[in-house]
Amino acid sequence: MSTASVSVGELQPSGRKLRQQRSERIIQFLLMIVATSGVLITFGVVFALVRPSVDFFRAISIGEFFGSTAWFPLYEPPDFGVWPLIVGTFSVMLLAVIIAVPGGLAIAFYLSQYASDRVRRKLKPLLEILAGVPTVVFGFFAINFVGPNVAAKIWVFSDVGFYSALSAGITVGLMIMPMMTTLAEDAMAAVPRSLIEGSYALGATKRETCTGVIFPAALSGIIAAGVIAMSRAIGETTIVLLAAGSTANFSFDIGQPMQTMSSFIGFAGLGDQPTGSTGYQTIFAVGLLLFVITFFLNMLSRRIVSKFREVYE
Amino acid sequence: MSSVVSAQPVVADLHDTTSRARKGLDKLFLGGLWMFTLVAIITLVTLVGTTLLKGYSRLNWSLVANFPSPFPGDAGIQAAIFGSVWVVVTSGLISLFIAMSTAIYLEEFADQRSRLNKLITINIQTLAGVPSIVFGILGLAFIARGWLGWGFTVGTASAVLTMMVLPVMIVSAREALKAVPSSLREGAFALGATRWQTIVKQVLPSAIPGIATGSILGVSRALGESAPLILLGALAYVSSNPTGFASDYTVLPLVILKYTQEAQEEFQAVGAAAIIVLLMLLVALNMIAIIIRDKSRKSW
Repeated sequence: MSTASVSVGELQPSGRKLRQQRSERIIQFLLMIVATSGVLITFGVVFALVRPSVDFFRAISIGEFFGSTAWFPLYEPPDFGVWPLIVGTFSVMLLAVIIAVPGGLAIAFYLSQYASDRVRRKLKPLLEILAGVPTVVFGFFAINFVGPNVAAKIWVFSDVGFYSALSAGITVGLMIMPMMTTLAEDAMAAVPRSLIEGSYALGATKRETCTGVIFPAALSGIIAAGVIAMSRAIGETTIVLLAAGSTANFSFDIGQPMQTMSSFIGFAGLGDQPTGSTGYQTIFAVGLLLFVITFFLNMLSRRIVSKFREVYE
Repeated sequence: MSSVVSAQPVVADLHDTTSRARKGLDKLFLGGLWMFTLVAIITLVTLVGTTLLKGYSRLNWSLVANFPSPFPGDAGIQAAIFGSVWVVVTSGLISLFIAMSTAIYLEEFADQRSRLNKLITINIQTLAGVPSIVFGILGLAFIARGWLGWGFTVGTASAVLTMMVLPVMIVSAREALKAVPSSLREGAFALGATRWQTIVKQVLPSAIPGIATGSILGVSRALGESAPLILLGALAYVSSNPTGFASDYTVLPLVILKYTQEAQEEFQAVGAAAIIVLLMLLVALNMIAIIIRDKSRKSW
């Protein structure tokens, strides 16, 4: 460290001090520029999506995009009705959420209220490993295990082939479950201890405390977590691309192959679409729709947390 | 909060028939919780089991030493391993630099309530929620083609992965800086240190374990990511290791994707074996993170 350069009576800063102040300001300015560069990424995303989408909607009317149920954008003659993708996206998303949300909640209840410290210390790392498994590995798992051994066995309403929305939905649900568990645990941890102790003091059992006290008290956080799970499921690409096939089926039979918005983008990216062609622009139009939907879901989740949070004390 | 409590004695309830129904429901509830916990464990076990069963026959030296080949017995993943290392290390370093600068600015310099601070924070939350495939679209439009026109290269892939892992890294770096007690800063200021001296000599050394674990988590996400790179040419047949930012490349997740889709059983075995390599790399990364976390646990 330097020796003290400011003596008591000295009011004017020394030259050294001034130089130091100036370099501090330069550092601060440089850091600010780097920090702001993240904002440019968001603008970049929006700009990258909007401009080709505008070109796309010049060629294909919005009426055709949302008014037709045939989606063959890369064929000749092409069809640009986006409904099969929307139906596929929501089928996979619903299946995933039906598994991930109750599953995540149940594991969170178990970990936070029932499990002993010893069990929790063993379970938590397992869940962390599961949360860290790459999506392409889950895709492999869907094709080689979930499809033939789970989806084909439990779906009795139609023949489940190699590719199905069911197999994709189940696998995406399993993939999101650890994240849902963590978010639900965080929401439950925010419930004050005194509320839970009070419930036990009144003679409630663990189950009654979970469903009657912890669940309602943590509801805003749990709903917000569920909305994030929805958004994650909608954005998932690789699992769906591998497990649900690449036919955009306008069907509500989840035993059939389906294409989602994100898996279409991945599929279109596999073939080399020439820049500027309508097929190339389709990637951006569907990407814009995907971005808008997930953006609103994430915003909704943040709103729920800030608006409906029960504040204790 | 007030609620009406009935004056009836509750004790009587404990011995009548309703308490048996309650106990039954309790057991049913716990059974449900166990079932879902079991589902998670079974998922992990069958996932690893299916992979090992399919891939163990190809878990040998030729897998990591060879390049792709039309003969499944000779096909290897060396190019993908080197591609992954290139892409992950470069994107990790760049995003670490940006994340640290952003976190230092937001936590140590900026006024917490300023507009710019709020804008940057909201922006990070927004970026964290963007589906990874959308970053691939951004990369396709501006980096691979269009404005920068780098083509499908290592540089394009690491730029896109940088953007993707940035939110995770910024959030964890901010948490690490927040965890440093303000008494440490005040002590440094009291001794006459400037803000920057305080940051470099006092705050960062004590925040580094937290930043390191956070960045390792970010890096493992980049290592496992496949969706955006599908759009950026990583599926191509690449038979040499990258030599720089302008090289063609492929990465482990994309090689797995390709072999998983192959019709021939022997090729699928290569994919399964590649999954085992990828999972081992990820486990190793996480072990490092855990060791750092445990070694440096400091209480203030």
